Amino acid sequence: MKRRIKPQTAEKIAKGAIWTIALMVIGILIAIIVYILYKGLPVINWSFLTEAPRRMGKEGGISSSIIITLSVTALAVLIAMPFGIGTAFYLAEYTRDNIITRIIRFSAESLAGIPSIVYGLFGYIFFLEILGLGWSVLSGGLTLAIMILPTIIRTSEEAILAVSKTYREVSFSLGGTKWQTIRKAVFPSAVRGITNGIILSVGRSVAETAAVILTVGSDLKMRTMAIHFYQLVMEGISMENAYGTAAILIILIFFINVVANMLIDRFIAKGR
Amino acid sequence: MQNKIEIKNLNFFYNEKQVIRNFNLNIPANKILSVFGPAGSGVTTLLRSLNRLCDLSPEARSEGEILLDGKDIRSPDINVTELRRRVGIVFDVPTPLPMSIFDNIAYGPRLKRKKKDGKISETVELALRQAALWDEVKDRLTVPAMSLSGGQQQRLCVARVLALKPEVILLDRPCSGLDPISTAKIEDSLTELKKQFTIIISPHNTQQAGRISDRVAFMLMGELIEESTNVEVFKNPKDQRTSDYITGRFG
Repeated sequence: MKRRIKPQTAEKIAKGAIWTIALMVIGILIAIIVYILYKGLPVINWSFLTEAPRRMGKEGGISSSIIITLSVTALAVLIAMPFGIGTAFYLAEYTRDNIITRIIRFSAESLAGIPSIVYGLFGYIFFLEILGLGWSVLSGGLTLAIMILPTIIRTSEEAILAVSKTYREVSFSLGGTKWQTIRKAVFPSAVRGITNGIILSVGRSVAETAAVILTVGSDLKMRTMAIHFYQLVMEGISMENAYGTAAILIILIFFINVVANMLIDRFIAKGR
Repeated sequence: MQNKIEIKNLNFFYNEKQVIRNFNLNIPANKILSVFGPAGSGVTTLLRSLNRLCDLSPEARSEGEILLDGKDIRSPDINVTELRRRVGIVFDVPTPLPMSIFDNIAYGPRLKRKKKDGKISETVELALRQAALWDEVKDRLTVPAMSLSGGQQQRLCVARVLALKPEVILLDRPCSGLDPISTAKIEDSLTELKKQFTIIISPHNTQQAGRISDRVAFMLMGELIEESTNVEVFKNPKDQRTSDYITGRFG
């Protein structure tokens, strides 16, 4: 068969195409971030960070929103983390493929694809109506915990399964028990992947609106940054403050990402 | 001559496939025994059943007796983690854990119980000296073990087993990926170590078996063909198949 394109030419075309795609994607992402920071950073100053919002958010800062966002997210992650990572270790280390693990995996996959407003509705009915927790950080945190659980389970399980089988074998051969092997040989190697899943979940919690508006509410002093932002834009209250809020959201997620990775490098994944 | 391990009528299966057949062998203490044979003869399975590392495969099944100091290691009341400390294993490829040199060697001792770090560092130094690695790494014990060369990594794995203070050391083709100089270093330390330990090695070629072993066992298709002293097997093999293999007629 006669070649129509020389291999060298094909190589160049492929390389060119891949580079173009990558640069386009990175370019778009950076453009969005730069645009938001460009519009938002001028609004941010000390009083914007430390003062409560006034007149529907047209004046004052967003201090209450920052605190609500951080507490709802922290609560959600702290609740979901032990359950999610525990389930992942159960699935990856303690069971073989059977009907129970298949049910858990199938549920986790299905739950990951459900729109967040459905979680909001569930949270509203279960935590507010049935348990009577009211519009609160607690209701929101619990709802978000359920929402991010599937993500944490899936990413943690993948990270655990990616750890070389050799490490487990070595640990057992040196007289390690199952739990010692998981704790000392598997977990430190999986921790980076597990953390990535958690950071992803933090991002989703911080940015969530639908599930939060139904469980924490949208009272001016009791709303997360994402909801504050949503209200400022939808009600046409103040585009400037909306951009300021968005900029702080971006900076916050960036900051969490960097700090989490630094802590892991420093304490757990050293030498890896 | 005292027997450290006695294997009686061992049969070993992976699912329906039988990899070891009616295997009987006495392994003397403080000697180096080479078990060799072509790939797929069951040598690795044999070594791994001596510390029940085979149990990790769910499809593995075995029959017969393996007596360590007269007690069957397959009996239900045996503590498997304790057994694996008594019978350490070095794998065919270097398997450093992703941590520092020191932490690799200290891994086993630390699993046992909390000791003061002073005591552990003595254990680590002794193990590294016995494995002839101390002089090369003593100034950089905190660097990742992965940064060592292949030969150093394999000696690290030997040291890691020695730090357990085992009674028996199993080596499964420990020099298969190593250069001649690293191989020589490992062989030298083994000759030194047999004073304290019982060593069972699957050599990566018959020359190595000839150089270091006291006794030699030849396996084929899961069966023990013959076992005798080093000289006996290589000079006057009793079985035609052994002689065919060591003269290179097949293998």
